[in-house]
Amino acid sequence: MSGNHPGLSNNFSRSGVKFSWSKDNLKSIKNIISKYPKGREQSAVMPLLYLAQEQNHNWISIECIETIAETLSMPKIRVTEVASFYSMYNTRPVGENLVQICRTSPCWLRGSNKITNTICKETKCEINDTSEDNKFTVVEVECLGACSNGPMIQINNDFFEDLDEDSTKKIIDNIKEGKPNIIGSQKGRRSSENA
Amino acid sequence: MSENLVNIKINQKEIQVDKNLTVMQACEIAGEEIPRFCYHDKLSIAGNCRMCLVEIEKAPKLVSSCTMPLMEGMSIITNSEKVNAGRKGVMEFLLINHPLDCPICDQGGECDLQDQAMYYGFDKSRYKENKRAVDNKNMGPLVNTIMTRCIHCTRCVRFATEVAGVPELGMLGRGENAEITTYLEQSITSELSGNVIDLCPVGALTSKPYQFKARPWELKRTDSIDIFDSVGSNIRVDSRAEEILRVTPRTNEFINEEWISDKVRFNYDGYYQQRIDIPYIKKNQKLSSSSWEESLKILKNKLKSLKPLALVGEHVDLETGYAINKFMSNFGKDNVECRTDNQAILENLDSYRFNTPLNEIENSDLIVLLGTNPKIETPIINHKIFKAYNNNSRIFNIGENISLNYQTEYLGDKLSNLNNEKLIKALKKSSNPLIIIGSAFLSKIKNIKTLKSIFSFADKYNVITKDKNNLNFLNPYASRVGQLILGNTTKNLCEPFSKLKKEKFEIVLSFGSEHIASEQFDNCFRVYFGHHGDEGAMKSDIILPTPLYTEKNGIFVNIEGRPQEAKKCHNPIGSAKEEWSIIKKLSDEFSFVFEPNTFEQLRSELLKKHTKLSIFHEILSNDNASPIITDIEFEDCKTQYPINNFYMSDIISKNSVTMAKCVEEITSTPSLLEKSA
Repeated sequence: MSGNHPGLSNNFSRSGVKFSWSKDNLKSIKNIISKYPKGREQSAVMPLLYLAQEQNHNWISIECIETIAETLSMPKIRVTEVASFYSMYNTRPVGENLVQICRTSPCWLRGSNKITNTICKETKCEINDTSEDNKFTVVEVECLGACSNGPMIQINNDFFEDLDEDSTKKIIDNIKEGKPNIIGSQKGRRSSENA
Repeated sequence: MSENLVNIKINQKEIQVDKNLTVMQACEIAGEEIPRFCYHDKLSIAGNCRMCLVEIEKAPKLVSSCTMPLMEGMSIITNSEKVNAGRKGVMEFLLINHPLDCPICDQGGECDLQDQAMYYGFDKSRYKENKRAVDNKNMGPLVNTIMTRCIHCTRCVRFATEVAGVPELGMLGRGENAEITTYLEQSITSELSGNVIDLCPVGALTSKPYQFKARPWELKRTDSIDIFDSVGSNIRVDSRAEEILRVTPRTNEFINEEWISDKVRFNYDGYYQQRIDIPYIKKNQKLSSSSWEESLKILKNKLKSLKPLALVGEHVDLETGYAINKFMSNFGKDNVECRTDNQAILENLDSYRFNTPLNEIENSDLIVLLGTNPKIETPIINHKIFKAYNNNSRIFNIGENISLNYQTEYLGDKLSNLNNEKLIKALKKSSNPLIIIGSAFLSKIKNIKTLKSIFSFADKYNVITKDKNNLNFLNPYASRVGQLILGNTTKNLCEPFSKLKKEKFEIVLSFGSEHIASEQFDNCFRVYFGHHGDEGAMKSDIILPTPLYTEKNGIFVNIEGRPQEAKKCHNPIGSAKEEWSIIKKLSDEFSFVFEPNTFEQLRSELLKKHTKLSIFHEILSNDNASPIITDIEFEDCKTQYPINNFYMSDIISKNSVTMAKCVEEITSTPSLLEKSA
């Protein structure tokens, strides 16, 4: 499974399962498309890719692309272009929890290396790899924009900031055990107030 | 001073140009050459290669000239030190990941990158990091890809989307990971796909059949005409010794612009397959090789006693047609027929040609397709219709519900569907409507009144007005309009071929027409003049070898009525003789009048007799408009499309291995557009 970042690959694959929009998503699609002027419905391709990724266990399959192309009546290659351009759209299956570790200078100066090592050890997977139980996929990314609270990671849609080795281990353990985590600063800071 | 002009300075030289131009176009007019990779006249502007940098006074940085609109008083500098340094920088970046494989690259010698690197390239690389390599992509049996050479100009992507009308190519990824590919690496399904080879400024997309065959400077270039459809696209035939190695387009803004169809571009390997190289005579139901003397002697004896008919095939040039006509007139009237597909016509030129000049199709706001599939019959005309479609023209279709690369409104499969309310309403609103009636209906019309009614219909709804005639007759055969102008047809306006049966001909001379194999000639003595042996030749009693269009000179009149010359590229294969010289020999034997001794004399006699044809490249004027009747009555006729498979439409393509591969790989992939749109 290892290789490059799942969002930066140009190779898409089939899931083998037909992809059709859920009822809720059909409603939101209607709402999203109505935001764009008539004849410009194709601009909704990015929000639709997000919806598809959410519904399709965090990755974009060829089936997703074909469904989106059909929904927006646009050529499939155009949807593929957009999906391959942005790293947030995963082109291959990832674990239930996509752990993105920031490694850009501010986080790195504050010890993101240690966080990376801890996460790899705890989840038992390499960078760009998915754990055997399919719970985690670990990737390194560039700046996620929470520099004042570094080092930080993003797990699916949530930020975890002000990390050290212990708090990181605890977060991973909680996820493994299905317990809730505190989102945001692990030191009790509110947003980026003085530490 | 006109409102549309701006005063600008280019390299301190003052010039007045149209204000809607870009800086690059203005520089072109001023005679300053700007290097470029991504910019192309016929495509939208992308501005991503950055090679066309120029300096504009008061602008702090260099500007890409292809994307920059003009402004009053602008002062442009194209030759300063700064511009040169900027372009050199861009070139260095482009060359970072470009492999140094020019010696084994097919583009070598005609490569934009190679040429411009001569001016702007550094002599050594300063790049020490790893170079990137890109996997080659499948684009079908015609286009070869070496994607590491790609510089991401996106010309091919824009061509596929904007010109070919098949949005199947795209650029995936970004930055260093950017790659050009077709969707899921499927073959391109366009009939114009070969043009991406010419568009590609580097050697990333090259011709598969031409791979490693020749260098451009070894080739002899011959100007010729595409005879595989009726558009008359201008082509250049590149040959070495006695072999054609490739076919490329010549620019003609009135006809094919810069494009040609894949058929003429790639079927040249068929020129040399299954050729008839010596005369054959059928003895005891078996064809056996013979000599010219023997076969002509038999033919002469047969002609003495039997009533002859001549069939004119789809690839016959004007000179041959003229010679046939001259020869056959000695045996009586109405014994030459070129409308072997039963095309119905009225007497006048405007009833069998494409009356709208091809470059004006795009100005139409309503197009009715009547029993025609322009996508596979005439891809160039289809491109023009696609242009009109992109200009918001409505396209209606009557006939089979065919799939085209644009959306049509389907009205039914009967001619009487012309009276559809939706269409009538649209026609009344339209300012420039256009009707294209194709062979599918024309070959099935039984009552001439139907054809006249179409004229009346066109007249009623302003398709025909005093100053324009937008009622167009489309057939896919290169020879047809020219042969009809020469009068190589019988007096029956409808179903001329089927009615030949009644005349009880006894000997049939076919000039490349496969229709000689028709059942109605089963009791006739059959003589086949041609270059490729297929059913027509197999059924014949005498086969005489004649040269291909690339092996002799000849005039072809395209579907608009535009005479153009195809030139001889190399000598005929085997002992093939030009048709006119065979006819000359026969005429002499019979002591018929046939003055011309040389091809040049024949041509000048032909042009003297048909003076209108002597102006090459101009559309013939139509002196007699077809009469308009008052009542409109359409018969219910079935449709029969002349071509079902683009890659196998004629005897030469049928013998081409490349075309066979296309059938296998392309026509088996369902059109992507059909599914997604």
